[in-house]
Amino acid sequence: MKFGVCVFPGSNCDYDTYYVIRDLLGQEVRFVDHNTRSLDGFDCVVIPGGFSFGDYLRAGVLASKTPLGHAIVDFAENGRLVLGICNGFQVLTELHLLPGALLRNEGMNFLCRDVYLRVENNSLPFTRSFEKGEVIRLPIAHGEGRYYIEEEELRKMEEGGQVVLRYCDREGNVNPTSNPNGSVGNIAGVCNRSGNVFGLMPHPERACEDLLGYRDGIILWHSLIA
Amino acid sequence: MKVRVLILPRRGLLDPEGRAVREMLRDEGFPIKEVKVGKVVELEVEEGADVRLIAEKYLVNPLVEEYVIE
Repeated sequence: MKFGVCVFPGSNCDYDTYYVIRDLLGQEVRFVDHNTRSLDGFDCVVIPGGFSFGDYLRAGVLASKTPLGHAIVDFAENGRLVLGICNGFQVLTELHLLPGALLRNEGMNFLCRDVYLRVENNSLPFTRSFEKGEVIRLPIAHGEGRYYIEEEELRKMEEGGQVVLRYCDREGNVNPTSNPNGSVGNIAGVCNRSGNVFGLMPHPERACEDLLGYRDGIILWHSLIA
Repeated sequence: MKVRVLILPRRGLLDPEGRAVREMLRDEGFPIKEVKVGKVVELEVEEGADVRLIAEKYLVNPLVEEYVIE
């Protein structure tokens, strides 16, 4: 598979993502500059974490208005795979490729810690190597990760399997105590209706090697090439 | 011409920043009912610039924010 890693001014997880794809997955990967107008030739594009354009105005909005932002929309509409991690998730909501919005954490703090997540949908190209209901552990690092969507829209998403990951405790219980940022429904990751666009706040690219104390992230990456 | 777009969290949505400021002011003894914290975008525009379009398409996310042009 040929991967592209988007680079906006202020992206800062681009090299981690590139490293995982090239060195751990053994796949072809290229950085894609924010002025790029076409993503022809790629199979999957990753929008990495960071603070694109300094998070000015709203997190992700300025990145969504770049030539690369428009190219990502075309790419996704052609059914290609798009993965947005953290700031990448924020960019995908601003591109309207994913429903909802990501707001300031309820507790106002920037959260940098591990969370447990329950895999709610394992039928996606991004999650097919997980078990449904499996509890995984990944790190989060965000100040604006409170997922918000209107109730009616949330109901449709739940029915359509668009809620992919929820914050939970070690046993898989989804409750207010296991919700780090006040997201509706403890939502940590969602996909679009056709399942080719996926955004999540946790960082799977930081959880791929025993040296770092995690292995669960690599399962997501393996899903993509399985 | 100078135009200001005032952007606030949408009514009914949790505004943790506003809540924190409200609590601080209450602790200081002020009889405060509610506080909202938003942002101001000041534009200097030529005649005919469609500020409403600019606001709705670029400056504001209507899902979570509301705005006033002044």
